[in-house]
Amino acid sequence: MVVEDKFYNLIFAIFILQFREHDMEKLFFLTFAAIAVISALAVVSVRNPVHSAIALIVCLFQVAAVFILLRSPFLAAVQVFIYVGAVMVLFLFVIMMLDIKRAVITSFLPSGRFWIIALLLLLIGEIVFTLADSKLVDIQMAQASLDGTVMEIGKAMFSTYLLPFEIVSVILLVALMAAIVMGRKEIK
Amino acid sequence: MKFDMINIYASLPEIIVIVSACALLIIDLFLKKEQKRLVAYLSLAVVIIAAGETWRIAGNPLLVFDKMFIVDNYAIFFKMLFYLATFLAILLSINYIKIEEIEHSEYYILMLFALSGMMLMASGADLLTIYLGLELMALPIYMLVGFMKKDIKSNEASMKYIVLGALSSGILLYGISLIYGLTGTTQLSELAAVLKKQTDIDSAVILSTIFLVAGFGFKVAAVPFHMWAPDAYEGAPTSITAFMSVGSKAAAFAVFLRVLLDALSPVSLNWIALISAISVVTMILGSVVALVQTNIKRMLAYSSIGHAGYALLGFVAGGSDGIASVMLYMLIYAFMNMGIFGAIIIMRKGGIVGDNIEDYTGLAKVHRGIALLMLIFLFSLAGIPPTAGFVGKFYIFMALIHKGFIALAVIAALTAAISAYFYIRIIMLMYMKEPLHKFDLAQTPATRIALAIAAAGTIIIGILPAWFIELVQKAVFS
Repeated sequence: MVVEDKFYNLIFAIFILQFREHDMEKLFFLTFAAIAVISALAVVSVRNPVHSAIALIVCLFQVAAVFILLRSPFLAAVQVFIYVGAVMVLFLFVIMMLDIKRAVITSFLPSGRFWIIALLLLLIGEIVFTLADSKLVDIQMAQASLDGTVMEIGKAMFSTYLLPFEIVSVILLVALMAAIVMGRKEIK
Repeated sequence: MKFDMINIYASLPEIIVIVSACALLIIDLFLKKEQKRLVAYLSLAVVIIAAGETWRIAGNPLLVFDKMFIVDNYAIFFKMLFYLATFLAILLSINYIKIEEIEHSEYYILMLFALSGMMLMASGADLLTIYLGLELMALPIYMLVGFMKKDIKSNEASMKYIVLGALSSGILLYGISLIYGLTGTTQLSELAAVLKKQTDIDSAVILSTIFLVAGFGFKVAAVPFHMWAPDAYEGAPTSITAFMSVGSKAAAFAVFLRVLLDALSPVSLNWIALISAISVVTMILGSVVALVQTNIKRMLAYSSIGHAGYALLGFVAGGSDGIASVMLYMLIYAFMNMGIFGAIIIMRKGGIVGDNIEDYTGLAKVHRGIALLMLIFLFSLAGIPPTAGFVGKFYIFMALIHKGFIALAVIAALTAAISAYFYIRIIMLMYMKEPLHKFDLAQTPATRIALAIAAAGTIIIGILPAWFIELVQKAVFS
């Protein structure tokens, strides 16, 4: 069966390190992705919010690493500066300022966790089997040059992707406004 | 890409709405507390100006912004629908938000931003623009659902909607990323061209189709992605319930139609069974669960889920008839749903909240006019001739039968019969019982205008459907 062959290849690539051309890259990607998913799970399941925030930092670092694999060092640097640096510091700062009481520190997973985990495993199984059958597994990434990535990004943003760029700016404005409306005191 | 003025010209309605929303945000700073209502009137003016501009650029289809933004008759039809929904929702809000003590200008400004998101969705010709439009629509609505900050139900509704909305966005993005990886494009017509060339369908295409259906299914509140709808509809300010149940649902259907019947039409055999199954369970759950509701907003939430099920049948029928039937259904749904929510909104004054179905007991004895309007809207929702609701359902069923999906049409007719019960129960309460308490309706000229427009639409489409059917057939994308 072709499906099974591809599936086993995928498994081999993960566990038995059957190195071939580009398999090293695949291995690195799978490592980063696995750590990202595990740390993301930790974000929502650990009890202490400070630990959550630290797990989120780990997760965001993995995303930065994936950007490096995608040959975009600029995005990786931005990811580290903005998310890991600025946003996470703010998160931790707010957590410390709020002085969250012991009573609030509870695990977020609700009681019916058996069904949740069963459904999740079913979904993951479905995804893995379908993708193992797909040619997506074998697709190799186009080789991008590392010269002038910043310029390339800037050019793309203001020509091909002008409309999405503008929409994102409006979305940020709305998010800002909504947060202010939500957070302000009612003035009588 | 060299920047061309045609880009500005084609997106002028969106620019008008976004720029005026920003301008209103600043104007609001200079208004005194008692002048705040001015923002509502200015928002109405913005909607009318944008509608006029949209009408002006109608005609030849334009594909601009590097094939990411399309202005065809289909987009224009849906934009007009969004203007209608926003216009009526603002009219219904003016007095209501004063009674609920949430009279802030940001309320209208967020509505305008949500409107711009809907417009971008209708005009999106690329999965990237469609996704961003969807977020631009969803963010203000998350906020508006929780606008009654002191009401615990409103908070809960907003929280649930945000968390589930973020999840569904993630699922949608995963589907988009898979399809981008396989085809190398997110542009809808290029996607269709690439998929048409492939002789054997890659299994990841099926996977990504499932994810896309799940993501959009959440936005149209189709079972099993409907869990948020009853809570969000019940907790939100009623005027926002009306706005989101009409506007955001129509916007989601607009992109859902374009993605499935344009981009993914070469692989339609893969999603027809999925959509049929979803629409059957949606219709059944929507009508059966609505039977036992005591809160009218919750009941209408389930009824709205059921209506999404009927509209999904148009996807199964496919072809230009299927698309036209969904578009007509959305137009009719906008009028009748706005009308019924309008009636609920004017029940809210002082003591009575007007949320319970029992609150309507004996309404016809005291307020004949309002009871008659509610009768029209409820008949239309139930699909009883000569109202518009009948035309909408009839057209979808005919499209289905023409394509040979007789069993689906029979199931749909049966669930429509079940759902007639809970609509007619309200009519029974209004007409056959003596009033339990005094009615004190919050009527203003604005709500009267809104109800009159909704009623006129419901009746005219019901009596003269031919002109509207021709209109939607002209607006179908090819």
